[in-house]
Amino acid sequence: MLDPLARLGRAGIDTLEQIGRGHLLLLGILSGFADLARRPRLLIAQLYAVGVLSLLIVAVSGTFVGMVLSLQGYYILSQFGAEQTLGVMVAASLVRELGPVVAALLFAGRAGSALTAEIGLMAATEQLSGLEMMAVNPVKRILAPRFLAGFISMPLLAAIFSALGVVGGYFVGVGLLGVDDGAFWSQMQAKIDLQGDVRNGVIKSLVFGFVCTWIALFQGYYAVPTAEGVSRATTRTVVHSSLAVLGLDFILTALMFGD
Amino acid sequence: MRNSRHIEILVGAFMAAGLVALFFLAMQVSNLGSTSTGDGYRVTARFDNIGSLKVRSPVTMAGVRVGRVSAIDYDSTTYEAVVSLHIEGRFDQIPEDSFAKIFTAGLLGEQYIGLDPGGSESYLTEGGELALTQSALVLEEIIGQFLFSKAQEGVKDE
Amino acid sequence: MASVGEPLVKIRDLHYSRDKNHIFKGVDVDIARGGVTAVMGPSGTGKTTLLKLIGGQLYPDSGTIHIDGQDVHKMKTSDLYRLRMRMGMLFQSGALLTDISVFENVAYPLREHTPLPESMIRKLVLLKLEAVGLRGARDLMPSELSGGMARRVALARAIALDPGMIMYDEPFTGQDPISMGVLVKLIRSLNDASRLTSIVVSHDVQETAGIADYIYLISDGKVVDQGVPEKMMDSRSEWSRQFMKGLPDGPAAFHYRAPELEQDLMG
Repeated sequence: MLDPLARLGRAGIDTLEQIGRGHLLLLGILSGFADLARRPRLLIAQLYAVGVLSLLIVAVSGTFVGMVLSLQGYYILSQFGAEQTLGVMVAASLVRELGPVVAALLFAGRAGSALTAEIGLMAATEQLSGLEMMAVNPVKRILAPRFLAGFISMPLLAAIFSALGVVGGYFVGVGLLGVDDGAFWSQMQAKIDLQGDVRNGVIKSLVFGFVCTWIALFQGYYAVPTAEGVSRATTRTVVHSSLAVLGLDFILTALMFGD
Repeated sequence: MRNSRHIEILVGAFMAAGLVALFFLAMQVSNLGSTSTGDGYRVTARFDNIGSLKVRSPVTMAGVRVGRVSAIDYDSTTYEAVVSLHIEGRFDQIPEDSFAKIFTAGLLGEQYIGLDPGGSESYLTEGGELALTQSALVLEEIIGQFLFSKAQEGVKDE
Repeated sequence: MASVGEPLVKIRDLHYSRDKNHIFKGVDVDIARGGVTAVMGPSGTGKTTLLKLIGGQLYPDSGTIHIDGQDVHKMKTSDLYRLRMRMGMLFQSGALLTDISVFENVAYPLREHTPLPESMIRKLVLLKLEAVGLRGARDLMPSELSGGMARRVALARAIALDPGMIMYDEPFTGQDPISMGVLVKLIRSLNDASRLTSIVVSHDVQETAGIADYIYLISDGKVVDQGVPEKMMDSRSEWSRQFMKGLPDGPAAFHYRAPELEQDLMG
């Protein structure tokens, strides 16, 4: 009769332990930033792995999302004779929500899973242990540059996603559907606010970049060092990151656009 | 590290692309870039009420967009709104006595300025003013007037 | 500094458990300076764990490990890292960094811990690779190496900073006879040429007994026997004889703990 209660307690303790370990790891990573300033090369290599390699999927997805938004938006807006506001709709959706959120989901799938697998395999093949025995702190040397790279790349990827989405929306809306060129941009510029929309979108993507990279590194670092363990950790990275992004998006949206 | 130069270049390109995208969002998508004008000339028009006219709203003639609203000010002595219009350079033959009206696109759409050409031989130039204007139709006012006149009728009928 | 006669590593009453498994139940081991000490025992007795405890990567439940008179587990992190610079460890898998070449792997500790110029690093790396006979393989990636070669590269990396002590984790496992012979010779000659202290953890009796100066036998969390190799072969302890000679049955039973076979089959 007390078994479910005990299990609940056990799960609670485990969760707390995980959270504690996650924060300790984060602390270790952040303390590695000082070293990083002396070795920018480490960061550049990770910016390549995390940012450049995610660029293609983000760029293509952004363009298509913008095109689809434009197409769908046109059919609805034209029923009210408001197709002039197509630009606003496309840009607002992208800058406020879809840019940061979809880019973060793609980032979790593309870069996050790769980070987890890489770190997990390094642990499984004793490379992290080996570094430790060489008096090199793997959290500072291996995790910190990856974390910073994720944090820097995410807002840039989100901005590229949104920008290409707007361009894609422009080509469909103005090029294919015949919305007025000037109205598309002027309405957009009149309604989209640099502070309220663009800046908040960037803040969102910074938060998502932080959380996604953190989850990915945590899962990799604490993955059970076997083939199965690493594969499970990789799956967890994608699942946890996606849920975290969507949950945080709701909270951030409520905070930013709520009033 | 092999190809480290190659990687550096790609990372540089990525960072540049990201910054360009951010710049694009700030300047082209949001309202920060509204100061960019290009060639053309500026005229002003005074209205009693501009409704929900905004900076960057279109200015049209015969339905064709010829410019944009570039600034909206308030003249505190005459209690009028002073609207600056930026007209594109190629539309340089707009009669001085043209009539500026504020219209609404569709029932709920955005408001814009429509110019009806006058008969004058001289054309608008930089710094000119459109003297003839018609204010925006404010829906609440029209409804209010309608209800008021109905009420008046009711009083008369008694 | 402790005197020369004092052992380099002193392990006293070491207890360690993981997930309720008691791996060590009071182990006492002394590692003599300048010698090759072997720690042997059947698989799963925590020999690798012992090396990680010595390296300060794991913490014991109780008991102490002193290296050169300092308690490894009471050191500040920065001191521990300084200590590790004077220790080399050869992992079973080699633990080479897979994304950089052989040359860079060996250069890694030098680049990390010394301000040496590139030309000097190059010379040192080539010398270390020469010592393990792999100077020609410097441009290969770790994935292109055979298991034995990877272990030799890892050995070159472990000695890159000229440590005072090297720990070998199962250096002979899964090697063909030739690379086994190469490794045996390397361990002994490195030890004698540079006055190293070596700890070899292994269950390969013949090879280990061939190079070790002193052997500890660990089983079931305790040191069951110790001595010089010749003595161990004819140990009074029945268990030692069984292990050293590789007899299939004896005090260490062939069967894993289980209920009686009849009972199991009937049940």
